[in-house]
Amino acid sequence: MNDGAFVALLAASVVAGVPIALAALGELLAERSGVLNLGVEGMMLIGAVVAFQVGNSSGSLWLSLVVGALAGGALALVHAVLTVTLRASQIVSGLSLTIFGTGLATFVGKSIEGLPLATDFRAVAWGPLADLPVVGPVLFEQDPIVYATVVLAVAITWYLRRTRAGLSLRSVGESPATADSMGIAVARLRYLHVVIGGVLAGAAGAYLVLGQVPSWSQDGTTSGLGWIALALVVFASWEPMRVLLGAFLFGFSRQLNFYLQAKGVDVPAELLSMLPYLLTIAVLVVWGSRDLRRRVGAPAALGLPYVRDER
Amino acid sequence: MTSGDHPGETATVSSPPSRGVVALAARRVTKRFPGVVANDEVDFELRAGEVHTLLGENGAGKSTLAALLCGLYQPDDGHIERGGQPVRLRSPREGLARGIGMVHQHFRLVERFTVAENVVLGDPAQPALLRRADIEARVAEIGERFGLPVDPRARVSSLTVGQRQRVEIVKVLYRGAEVLLLDEPTAVLTPQEAEALFTTVRAMTAEGKAVVFISHKLGEVMAVSDRVTVMRGGRVTGEVATAATSARELAELMVGRPIEAEVRRGSAAGGEGDGTEAGPALEAAGVRLVQGGQTVLDGIDLAVFPGEVVGVAGVAGNGQRELAAVLAGITAPTSGRVQVAGTDVTGGGARAARGAGLAFVPEDRLGTGLVPGLSLTDNMLLTRRREFLVNRRAARREMATAIESFEIKTPGTEAAARVLSGGNAQKVLLARELAGLGTGAGPRAIIVASPTRGLDIGAAEMVRGLLHDAREQGGAVLIISEDLDEVRSLADRMVVLYRGRVALEGPTDELTLEEIGLAMAGIQPEGAVAPG
Repeated sequence: MNDGAFVALLAASVVAGVPIALAALGELLAERSGVLNLGVEGMMLIGAVVAFQVGNSSGSLWLSLVVGALAGGALALVHAVLTVTLRASQIVSGLSLTIFGTGLATFVGKSIEGLPLATDFRAVAWGPLADLPVVGPVLFEQDPIVYATVVLAVAITWYLRRTRAGLSLRSVGESPATADSMGIAVARLRYLHVVIGGVLAGAAGAYLVLGQVPSWSQDGTTSGLGWIALALVVFASWEPMRVLLGAFLFGFSRQLNFYLQAKGVDVPAELLSMLPYLLTIAVLVVWGSRDLRRRVGAPAALGLPYVRDER
Repeated sequence: MTSGDHPGETATVSSPPSRGVVALAARRVTKRFPGVVANDEVDFELRAGEVHTLLGENGAGKSTLAALLCGLYQPDDGHIERGGQPVRLRSPREGLARGIGMVHQHFRLVERFTVAENVVLGDPAQPALLRRADIEARVAEIGERFGLPVDPRARVSSLTVGQRQRVEIVKVLYRGAEVLLLDEPTAVLTPQEAEALFTTVRAMTAEGKAVVFISHKLGEVMAVSDRVTVMRGGRVTGEVATAATSARELAELMVGRPIEAEVRRGSAAGGEGDGTEAGPALEAAGVRLVQGGQTVLDGIDLAVFPGEVVGVAGVAGNGQRELAAVLAGITAPTSGRVQVAGTDVTGGGARAARGAGLAFVPEDRLGTGLVPGLSLTDNMLLTRRREFLVNRRAARREMATAIESFEIKTPGTEAAARVLSGGNAQKVLLARELAGLGTGAGPRAIIVASPTRGLDIGAAEMVRGLLHDAREQGGAVLIISEDLDEVRSLADRMVVLYRGRVALEGPTDELTLEEIGLAMAGIQPEGAVAPG
């Protein structure tokens, strides 16, 4: 078990889990406010292609990340306008966001398809800690975004559980009518968290090209990660720390393929690429049953537009 | 304790400093809505330490006045005074900031949150980082002080309706409310819970708090309040001290004319004797219903004979709605049988039940009962035997007759059902469902859910009369209602549901209010063992 290839597999699993975790944490915030956004895949793609273009022309890593994230947020803003203000169906709006995002990303990315990116996030070694066997390379020699993601998951847990603002957010997702009558600005909180969700999805996409594989390809860059993130939120019962753990598990399962190939075990890649969609189907099964939804802990008002009943 | 956040909370029990002082007042307030003047130059005065009832029928303007007093609405004319100073309350939040708290009839609680979380939700006085232990201690302290026992850590979803109401009251007390407006607070309570609420109200006034009690139940108004302001048609028709009036006088102030005695039911049943021999017109045997993994009806046996009125009572959510749906054929029971006039209609759908002679007046009048977008004539046609061609002319004539004899207020037979008020919609429904009763072609059994809910006294009186007549003509009437008074005044026999089971059954005259209340709360009489 202590062969170098396995340690490399674990270290790579952590990196592979980061974009899933970022996107899923963002979606978790949006869903906790009661808004389902099926556009995660689209927002990640836009984030990735914009980050690549910015990175390619400016050479600045952090600028690429920020602009990519904002691009995801801009797309999410469209979703917020449609679903919160205009009360459109969240499912239809989210799906069209993914289709739109995929199309736009393909168009913007045409000129850079297959090009390498000169700059990417580098791992930072934590001095002597990084020299520890196994744990060193897995935990103490990663890039800054990996650590930021872990901090983010902890921060969101704390925000939801302990702060007054988090309580307000949860009430908006559970019972917007109650929140409204207690003087909480339902629409404002929904807008805010949907857009933050988009920013995180954009950042997740940006990290794919800045931290994982420094090139852009329409099929290969996200390859269904957005759908995995969506499913993960449900499987994690809308709990940030479980999202983080699940993301690393998914990262591991994706990296396992390469490891097994290197060991001479041949697993068809097609099986793996089916995974996101299988998970999506499983999630839709949960989604379809009101009872099941309540039991897995879905916010009670998730998916429902809020209309104040005027007398 | 963190009571320092709310200076108003520190009044001592022994010497309420401000008793008798006008705490809150409306001065000639007018509120108009499109087409109606809901409040017309209304004057209202609430003194510290008193319970002041707002009494009136539905639509009399009492809820509008309460909404103006708590900041939900703003008056078009006139103003609100708090502690002698004119104030403008632009939202309920501003009202609360001035110590005015409203407890709504429909609770505003997040089910998945704990009691403590619900209490501080949206409270601007809370620090950004919540101090859970402090909040819980203070909730418990308020509960103890005012006789509102609630576990601060319990999830609201696990609480009974009565407990939820306590949470609502704690919520406004926590924020330092000195004036509480309670909107029809006893509508959802068992008699014992209502009694406990009155104790709480007295504890609050003893500390100098003022309570506005909104109600149309004369008995409890007489029992709990110091003064009564009666409203009718958006105006105040009288303000009296409770000690100097009677329930009868209040009722007449409410309606504006002398009213006849309410109880119509007598022991002389219309089709007495012979009905029982003919067998039940409506019968449920061992009806069980499992929905979403939960048993909502658990072995219900029920029989309604021709010429009798049976009333189903219980606290909301104990299976009444599901029982109505199963009996009407809308929901098929998981097991058990439903018979209408001797015909087994189990699982045959609403059509089979109606075919066998069942009429159904649902709780949701505009929606389940009537199609809001269709005309009254078309609504009349809906339940008629289906032929290829409909006879609109006959239906229109029938509707016109009904409008006349039931005094239905409508622009005409072709008006859409949605424009009708609750009382008029109920009359149209009854006209349709009861048509032909006693002629052999009409219904044999009638299920009516919440027959007089939301109706003004006049319309309610007429509906009661219609049900009474239906019984006299040999109809078997089943009333399902959460309003205990309604059931008791109408039914010959009563059935109390608790968690989908029949907890108590017997002739109305032989059941005491206490027995009924205990059964509604699921408490077995002494010595008996609770069903597992």
